[in-house]
Amino acid sequence: MANPSTIKETPTQPLTAIAVLAPAIGWLIPGAGHLIQKRWIRGLLLMASIVCMFVLGYAMQGRVYRPNGGDILDILGFVGDVGAGGLYIVIRALDLGQGAIAHATADYGTKYIIVAGLLNFISAADAYHIAIGKKP
Amino acid sequence: MNLQLSHFSAAVLFGVFASVVFGITQRSTSREQIRYGLYCFAMFVGGVFVAGWVMWILRR
Repeated sequence: MANPSTIKETPTQPLTAIAVLAPAIGWLIPGAGHLIQKRWIRGLLLMASIVCMFVLGYAMQGRVYRPNGGDILDILGFVGDVGAGGLYIVIRALDLGQGAIAHATADYGTKYIIVAGLLNFISAADAYHIAIGKKP
Repeated sequence: MNLQLSHFSAAVLFGVFASVVFGITQRSTSREQIRYGLYCFAMFVGGVFVAGWVMWILRR
């Protein structure tokens, strides 16, 4: 049995309102998690990159995944797409991104949309780390 | 909208956007972020060329 005195206690970060809001808003609007913490340049660069990637993916006739319980790759595609937050909600609300793939580079579009969502997950996690003071 | 990019330009644009996000999120100071972003971009573009040559060799 481990000696209680030898167990290292990891310092717990205080759960503040900004620590909850920053990643949530960052997920909903890419880069906004940084902007509300006054990281203007980082926030704008993240927003520009993620929004451009998502829009270019759609412009390349990429496919937008819907919630599904079928093929594992389709499920993972949906998880990636959902990462884009508000962009995904808007594109689903407008019922876009369901066209038949007509040319080879349309597959790039599908990947652009998925990766934009995954990058937004990373961005939201970064906003959380800034909020708890783990990163300057 | 119907945008048709070449394979190369699509891959390079992908590298640009991903590198910006990686640079900002994976490093702390501005200088490190720029350096890491450029490093990631170089790796993406380098990977495109390597993959291109590998496919060319496999095709022969």
